Amino acid sequence: MTNDNIILCRCEDVSVQDIHNVVAEGYHTLEEIKRVTRVGMGPCQGRSCLMMILRELSIITNQPIENLLPDTYRPPTKSVSFDFFVDNSKEGGSKDDF
Amino acid sequence: MIQTDILVIGGGPSGLSAAIAAGKSGAQVLMVDRSPQFGGQLMKQTHMFFGSENQYASTRGFEIGHKLIKEVKSYKNIKILPSTTALGIYEGGVITLEQKIGAEEFYLKVYAKSLIIATGALEKSLPFANNDLPGIYGAGAVQTFMNEYLVKPGKRVLMVGAGNIGLIISYQLLQAGVEVAGIIDASPEIGGYLVHASKVRRSGVPILTGYTILRADGTDHIEKATIAKVDQHWKPISGTEIEFDVDVLCISVGLTPSSAFFWQIGCEMLYVKELGGYVPRRNEYLQTTVKNIYVAGDSAGIEEASSAMVEGSMAGLAASQALGFKHTSYENKMQGLLQEIQDLRGGEKSTHIREGYKKASF
Repeated sequence: MTNDNIILCRCEDVSVQDIHNVVAEGYHTLEEIKRVTRVGMGPCQGRSCLMMILRELSIITNQPIENLLPDTYRPPTKSVSFDFFVDNSKEGGSKDDF
Repeated sequence: MIQTDILVIGGGPSGLSAAIAAGKSGAQVLMVDRSPQFGGQLMKQTHMFFGSENQYASTRGFEIGHKLIKEVKSYKNIKILPSTTALGIYEGGVITLEQKIGAEEFYLKVYAKSLIIATGALEKSLPFANNDLPGIYGAGAVQTFMNEYLVKPGKRVLMVGAGNIGLIISYQLLQAGVEVAGIIDASPEIGGYLVHASKVRRSGVPILTGYTILRADGTDHIEKATIAKVDQHWKPISGTEIEFDVDVLCISVGLTPSSAFFWQIGCEMLYVKELGGYVPRRNEYLQTTVKNIYVAGDSAGIEEASSAMVEGSMAGLAASQALGFKHTSYENKMQGLLQEIQDLRGGEKSTHIREGYKKASF
């Protein structure tokens, strides 16, 4: 059994082996690993995979999970199309009649 | 821009309770939930609750949900927006929302003096070979299929995780006429309550502790799951493999608090294993390290719906009081809730919860 078919991030199709490979190349923080593999950056935005990624990273890099910060969170929390912002900004982006 | 005293993000057990408490205190409340229906996970829960009368013992989860929703709707000063997802929290109390009405999406901005974040939890997943095969589900998905949409997930299930959720769903699968091949758990002991474990065991379902899931196999869909015993370092022992012919693998290995908004707004965060992951530090009344931002329910730490409801009430009372909307019997109410939560966490099975809360509190 290889780590190839153990999927950590379904959205971006990143396997445990992919993480091993980039760690071997010298990328050690989640931020770096996200940049080179796109792990946790798909439609789920890490919601289903982040804890699993952190756990594997903690095993591979041999450090406690507490030391691995889950990187930066920025709005929006879910994928929205650019259209959504553009269309709504035309109208001032507010709806006061609720 | 919509203006409100208190915005509650999440309409599950804790959010609903927070809105009711704040509504009773006289504050203007807005509550949003991304689902078309409020009630959160309660709406999938067909089993009866334990605990004291205050937390609706002997009532089924979804009935508790309906009761709370009805109460929320009885307050003129509580407004609710279903199918509305919070997108971002910005300094100065501005929150952006995406509201869906039919096929249309609206971008809303809210200014709230106070915020109660009750966003619940996310399911944990497991790394094993071929873990992306169709037929492998999280426990929440299986429960949604069966109890909300009345769809069987498959014919024969292997359950991974012998906590309360894994045990209860196994029983519900049996009730729905789905075969449960077995329940496995890597821990040496069953995590859930013994009443639930006995119930499934009496129905002939084996519970294998000290076993982990090794791999799934199948061409287009899972056909076989292989498990193995683990040693004291949680490593699989070769030669102990057992194979199960199943078309569903249900992963029920716990939850992690949904923490994105606390990070966004800069709350001090802490990794607390006992509470399931990263949680915001908070005081006794659920206020985080950022003034007027409160936390309640599973997003404060993984526990049960009963304690989520108590926490919600506390956060709702405290947030209102801080804005000058004091409940007529605030002191008595708060004292009662503090006692209630202490009782709920008093049991032997709650040792880790008590330790977790000690770490997360300031």
